[in-house]
Amino acid sequence: MASSSEKVKVLGFWVSPFVRRVEWALKLKGVDYEYIEEDIFNKSSLLLKLNPVRQKVPVLVHDLKVVAESYVILEYIDEIWKQNSLLPLDPYQRAMARFWAKFAEEKVFETAWNALCSGGEEKEKALKIAIESLEILEGEAKKIQNFFGGDRIGYLDIAMGWIGYWLPVWEQVGCMSILDPLKFPATSAWAKRFISHPLIKHNLPPREEMLVYFDKRSKELSSISQGWIKV
Amino acid sequence: MADQVILLDFGPSMFGMRVRIALSEKGVQYEYKEQDLRNKSPLLLQTNPIHKKIPVLIHNGKPICESLIIVQYIDEVWHDKAPLLPSDPYQRAQARFWADYVNKKVYDTGNKIWTSKGKGEEQEAAKKDFIEVLKVLEGELGDKPYFGGQSFGFVDISLVTFSSWFPSCETFGNLSIEKECPKLTAWVKRCKEKESVSKSLADEKVVVEFLRTMRKNLGID
Repeated sequence: MASSSEKVKVLGFWVSPFVRRVEWALKLKGVDYEYIEEDIFNKSSLLLKLNPVRQKVPVLVHDLKVVAESYVILEYIDEIWKQNSLLPLDPYQRAMARFWAKFAEEKVFETAWNALCSGGEEKEKALKIAIESLEILEGEAKKIQNFFGGDRIGYLDIAMGWIGYWLPVWEQVGCMSILDPLKFPATSAWAKRFISHPLIKHNLPPREEMLVYFDKRSKELSSISQGWIKV
Repeated sequence: MADQVILLDFGPSMFGMRVRIALSEKGVQYEYKEQDLRNKSPLLLQTNPIHKKIPVLIHNGKPICESLIIVQYIDEVWHDKAPLLPSDPYQRAQARFWADYVNKKVYDTGNKIWTSKGKGEEQEAAKKDFIEVLKVLEGELGDKPYFGGQSFGFVDISLVTFSSWFPSCETFGNLSIEKECPKLTAWVKRCKEKESVSKSLADEKVVVEFLRTMRKNLGID
């Protein structure tokens, strides 16, 4: 367990769901950290120094050690601070958690984002894949009572937590319906439980500001060349 | 009870090769089942119903999919021999970061060359992007014998399998990786001195022929 002399910093951007994953993990483990807001549209020399390869947030700094990429950071956090473990102990269960996190990222997150930032045929194509992929996830959500991690929030809950808060904002901004609670009752119920968890609900960006941000951002991105995110 | 390990794979696949190398490093006995990707077997469709892709590792009846997830699984199950990831959490994070970089950047940029429709602006841009990615990786390798330092590991496994496809860059894109990235070329040679790598990598000629057929089917050539 980390001693109080070890400094933990998170370099983030207020609206990024990737950054929140890292903060949720630290909060669930009771780890204190300093949050540093980064303007990703005007990248600081600190960010470029800490993550020269990808130049993205989140970045975790633990003492002098720098870790980037949200899923890599989650596993690092889980290995350093062993209380309230995020990943299961069993190798097969760990592989399953990693598999579903990757699936949700590629087939739900990226496609929903693509749908938000495109129009016409490309939007329809992306929406179709997002909804079909949610149908698959619904099957997994039906198997759980509380969280994918069991009684406690785990790795997969954190990975997919954006579904309960960012997705409804994107649906509103993009005039789309993806997570229909009638079609996906188990996923919707899980998402609600996740977002209502005391450690999560006090660590979410303000909804009104999110609507303004994503409205502006999606318009900017749809005006540039199509097909920039692979579906 | 003896482990039953089956690998559903496809010879030229750089993703499948990763799993072959990992199993070989650990000395795991397994049954290799070559898959026909144009006529997918019931076993493949049953064990990977979501993506219907190889590689799939079936360990005592339980399927695991996605090559780097499989490699980590292998490392965790057969943990008493040839560790593929370092034991230090920070070194592990660095290994995961770079394997993730390889996964996100190398295939997509390389694929644009292997399926490019001919010499032109598009192909030149694809070649530039691919070399840029490889140069970043060369920078990370530095003067180390392997990405993992003194020992061959996770990042080496994630990248070395693409070397079977490098000659195809020359055949279809007029791009010599050997010329552009000499450090990486030396590293590939070093990795191939390991039996686990040399016996797992697909023959470069097989990959070229596979791509030739694929390009014809796609109407490129």
